[in-house]
This record gives sequence, structure tokens and C-alpha cells, in this order.
Amino acid sequence: MTDLLITNVRLLDPANGLDTHGALLVRDGRIADLGPSLGRPDVPTLDGDGAILCPGLVDMRAELGEPGGEYRETIASAARAAAAGGITTVAAMPDTQPAIDDPGLVRLLRARGEETGSLSVLPYGAVTRGCLGVDMAEIGLLHDAGAVAFTDGARAIGSTRLMRLALAYARGFGARIVQHPEDPSLAAGGAATQGELATRLGLPAIPAAAEAILVARDIRLAQMTGGAVHFAHISTGEALDLIRRAKADGLAVTCDTAPPYFDLNETAIGNFRTYAKLSPPLRREEDRLAVLAGLADGTIDAIASDHQPRDADDKRLPFAQASAGGTGLATLLAVTLAQVHGGHLPLAHALALLTCRPAALLASNAGTLARGAAADLCLLDLERAWKVDAGTLPGKAQNTPFDGRALEGRVVGTFKAGRRVFG
Amino acid sequence: MLTPTRHLLQIEGMHPPEIGTLLDLAESYVLLNRSGKTQRDLLRGRTLINLFFEDSTRTRTSFELAGKRLGADVINMAVANSSVNKGETLLDTAATLNAMHCDLLVVRHGQSGAPALLAQKVDAAVINAGDGTHEHPTQALLDALTIRRRRGRLEGLTVAICGDVLHSRVARSNIHLLTAMGSRVRVIGPPTLIPAEASRLGVDVFHDMKLGLQDVDIVMMLRLQKERMSSGLVPSSREFFRFWGLDAEKLAYAKPDALVMHPGPMNRGVEIASDVADDPIRSVIKEQVEMGVAVRMAVLDILSRQAKRND
Repeated sequence: MTDLLITNVRLLDPANGLDTHGALLVRDGRIADLGPSLGRPDVPTLDGDGAILCPGLVDMRAELGEPGGEYRETIASAARAAAAGGITTVAAMPDTQPAIDDPGLVRLLRARGEETGSLSVLPYGAVTRGCLGVDMAEIGLLHDAGAVAFTDGARAIGSTRLMRLALAYARGFGARIVQHPEDPSLAAGGAATQGELATRLGLPAIPAAAEAILVARDIRLAQMTGGAVHFAHISTGEALDLIRRAKADGLAVTCDTAPPYFDLNETAIGNFRTYAKLSPPLRREEDRLAVLAGLADGTIDAIASDHQPRDADDKRLPFAQASAGGTGLATLLAVTLAQVHGGHLPLAHALALLTCRPAALLASNAGTLARGAAADLCLLDLERAWKVDAGTLPGKAQNTPFDGRALEGRVVGTFKAGRRVFG
Repeated sequence: MLTPTRHLLQIEGMHPPEIGTLLDLAESYVLLNRSGKTQRDLLRGRTLINLFFEDSTRTRTSFELAGKRLGADVINMAVANSSVNKGETLLDTAATLNAMHCDLLVVRHGQSGAPALLAQKVDAAVINAGDGTHEHPTQALLDALTIRRRRGRLEGLTVAICGDVLHSRVARSNIHLLTAMGSRVRVIGPPTLIPAEASRLGVDVFHDMKLGLQDVDIVMMLRLQKERMSSGLVPSSREFFRFWGLDAEKLAYAKPDALVMHPGPMNRGVEIASDVADDPIRSVIKEQVEMGVAVRMAVLDILSRQAKRND
């Protein structure tokens, strides 16, 4: 197993409030020791050159292409993109072909992750069979097999009755239901957020309130059932206000967002740019600022990549017909750091949203530099500049909504159980 | 300075002098057409392809006539009911057209933005002949020419655009053109058929047609498609006609000499009453068709000149 000493780094571990210059010692793939002075153990040594060493990122929401979408992405190709983005643990969406509604598929995904040697895959289980929103899946068996939480992925659980039952039933297993918060009947056929731009472009629109309407309903159901609900990729200020209040009321309500929703607004779709067609759609500037405020004040519990690989044929279509979704693994950290550089988020807080906070939501012990933890690490040069270039990104899918975006902060090394998997 | 780009994809973003130039040129083609003369040397040797992914008789014929009067070789590709009528093959179609060395490509498509997508991939000058619910630029130009010839100007006129504004590319192009040229524009229709934040486009929104038509110079009606009833946006066509159909009673609220326009084809008894549509003095609907040919000649003329300059 791997032994390694990484010296001359800024150790940053939000889980333990650690921020100090020093070194970190890996023995047998685990963190053996860390701190300002570690002596000189007789192991291979890497000079970190003053870079930040933080836990490998924990991404709580990504489509990995398997099973069924291998022409768009595979777990192996996603693992390359993840490693380049400093991500060592990822929670995989279950709305695949077939859906992850069988315990054997949960085990398969975990094993496929282990095969990469660089990325732990934590599978979500489907809430309903086939993620079709009709019959409840075997939540208990899936949970036993290792499903970390339950969701129907990009499909909202539309039926109020079904959501009530799922929240109540999952509660018995201590499991969380993750909702795509968008009222399905209001969102049907929509391609852009409702407003002036969608009107000008003549695109079918989804009102921003479609998010708040489902969030309000599900908060009420969480209260009624005592179940835990998590809202994925929150994109509107109105929904955040509801979540903020629910948290203040002590309900088991959490949420995440994704970089497009605090870095871009609806204008990114410009003249029918399908790479910026996402679900939920990019919102107005007021909503972007509200998401940023929700990150800063702690209403938002995590930042996920919301990686949704698409191939060129999915996107080279008239806007309303093009597939929604953008890649996010390789850009998750750097786009988040743009808000750190911009003075909107403290660095330690931003890293917490990318490491220990999502790990806690997934009941994973990843995302920390604690002694004894797996040495999943990210070595980060906070100042190094680079530019996102669709076509040359690591991994298979290239449909980034950030094409051309200049960024500051780049992963220079990623380590899985002490072994260098990137850089 | 004629048009800044080599395509005509939308009115939005066009400047008044560009619009004015196009209308002036179209005006000269009205006179030419009426004199019975032709100018067949202008586009000789040029190929114009009408690529219609949606059924259309009026617009396609108008472009065909415009092209032929200027001497272009005109080919109609009706793909509305064929297997090509799928988004997936749009770019394959572009590749095919490039191989055919088409000079001018007139596109109608059911999806907003489809001509813009094609324009990125073809060598030809692309003319948007209506895309989804986005724009229909030549319709707005011919409407403007019709109004200008009747009223001598666009500036200072009040124009009411009535009916299904939400789904209307004609309405969007007209709003952009008329507001750019200094007209005051009102949109009138039920709240379910007025787009979100229509007022941000620089128009006044009315839901009561009689109020909205008060003292307007021009009444522009839009076609209401039957599927608006089946999808629940409007309860029934008779209810729509009662409140938003143009009849003599409602028209009486407009200025006494107000003109009645419709892009066609009309649903008589749904959005417009026959006696109003056929009123020989107030209705300029047939004149719109005549202006359509002249406007399209002007567009083809200008875009082919642009193309020549780029050659």
C-alpha cells in the first residue's frame, strides 16, 4: 500500500477547522499524520511547493453514463474528468438505463468505481421503479446494498401521495429523499426560464415559481412525515427563502446547488446556445445573486457538479429540442473558487461545501483530512489561471456551459488512497 | 451599409436605417412589379432554395415569385411531411445544401432558432421565413411597407397587435420593427396568450380589446390556431371571438380610418369577422400579399449583393 509524505503545503481541512502550513504523511493509503512539523519519515516525499492540500472533493450529484449511456460517458471517463477536478468521491444518479432500482445494480456501480482506482462511486437508489414515478422501489433492499440516498434523478417526484409515502418509508431506514424540485406540469415542454429573454427568443418557458411550488409542497410533506428531504440544484431565491425558513423551523430539509446557478444567468443561452440549456434552466441575475447569498449564509449545504454528459448530437439541435444538461466534474472546483476570488465566499467555507458537508449528507466518511481517514487528497494551486475549452476537457463529454470561461485556481494533484491519480 | 450580416434571421437588433433602406428598395420593386417589367439579370445564375419544414403556401409562393422575378433558379424543398422534418437531420440537410452550392436559403421551421443553427453551418445566405415562435422578419417588413405606403410613415402611429401574441413569430418581429421605427405598439389578448413580460419589449398590454383599440391607427390581427383551444389556453373559439375577435363593433373603437391587417391565413369567425376582413376600404390584407413579394425581392437583392461583396 501507498506511503507518501507531502511537504510544504497549506493544509486546509474544513471538517476540523484546520488551516496551517505543514506536511501530511500517508501510510498504507491512509492519513497517518499531519501538521506543521512531521519530522523526516523514510517514505517517498513530494514537495507541495506551497499549494493547498485539502480533502479530495465529494460531489453529491453527477450522471456517470452507466449503465446505458456509455456513448456519452463511462465511469472510467468520468473518473478522469473527476480526477482532473480534484474529485475523489461522487454520488451517481440512478435514472440510468436500466434505473438503479435493484440491489445488484447498486453493488455493480460501487464495484465499477473501485475498478477506476481513482474515484469512489456512491450510488443513489431510485425512489420509484424505473424512476418512472409510479411504484416505490425497494428502498430498504437498496439501502442495505449501499445506496446512499434516494432520488428519481432528473425526474421530479410529481405525485404528492407518492412523495409523502417515500419520505415516510425512507425515514424508517434513516434515508434521505433527494428531489429534483420542479413542478412537472409547469415545467413540461419548457426550455428556458420564463421572462423577457425567453419571450424574445420565442422559447417555451418554465416559470421560476415551478421550483418554489414543489419545494413548498415537499417541505410540508417533510413536516408531516418526519422524513428528510434534500432539494437538488436549487436555482431560485424564492425556493431558498422557503428552505431557509424550514431550516429555522428545525425541519430535516437540506439543499445543494451547482456552479452554473451561481456563475451564470439566463443570458448565457444568448442566441440559442444549447450548451447553456440546463435543467433547471439558468435563471435571472436576481436568482443567481440569491443562490450566492444562500451559499454564503449556509442555507445551501453543498455544491455539486450536476455533471450531465451529452454528446454533440444531443446538443446540435434547435434549442427546444436539444437535450438539457452540462458537464461539471472538471470545472466544479475552479468555478466555485471564482466566488472565493471575487470575495463572495471564504475559502474554507467554499471547500466545506465541496468536501465534508456533502459527505455528511451522504453519510460518507470521505471529505476530511482526519488521521486514519483514507488519503483522498486534492492539491490545489489557488492562483493558477486556465481557460475552459469545450473539446479539450478531460473525460468524454464536452458539453460544458462554461466554454471560454477564464478561471483562476487549478488542481495540480489528486490522490486516491495516497496514490497519485492526477497531476 | 445595407445589412450588417449576410443573413436575415431576425428583426431584433436591426437599426432603423437598415430597415428604412430595405423598405425603400422594396418600394421600388412595388413600382417595378406594377409596371410589368422584370429585372431577371440581377440574380441570374444564383440558386435560391425554399426549405420549408412547415407547410406554407403564401410565404413559399411569395419567395418563389420574388426569386424568379429577379432571375434566380428557384427550387422548393417541401420537407414538412417527410422524414427530414426532424431536428436530428437539420445539420445533415445543411451539409447537403452546401454540396449543392446554394446561394440563398429561405428556411421555415417549427423550432425557434433553427434558421440560426443552419446559418452557422451553411455557406448560403439564410433568410428566416418563420421559426417557431421566434421571428418572421419578412412578414414584419411587408407589414411595415403596407403601413408606410398607406400612411406615409411609421413614426408616431399607434398599432394594436391582437390575439395569440404568445405563440406568434409575426407579433415578435412586428413589435421589434415597429418600436424601432417609432410606432407605439399595443398588444391585446387574453392573459394566457400574452407572453411573460411583454411590456419589457416596449409595448403596452391590454386584455380588454375595446380599451386596447381606442384610437389606434392600425389593427393587426393574428391567427389563432385550433390547438390553443385543445391545450386549454382558451376555452372555446366562440368565446375567443366574443372577446378578442375583430368585428365591426370592436373596430369602431379604433380611429375611423384605421387599417385592418392580417398575416393570413385567416380563421374567419375566430379572430376576424368576414365583413371586416373583406371591407374594401379598411382591410389591406390583400395588399399585404402584394407587398410581400416586393419586400422579399428587396431582401434577396440586398443579401445577394452582400454575398457578391464577400466572394
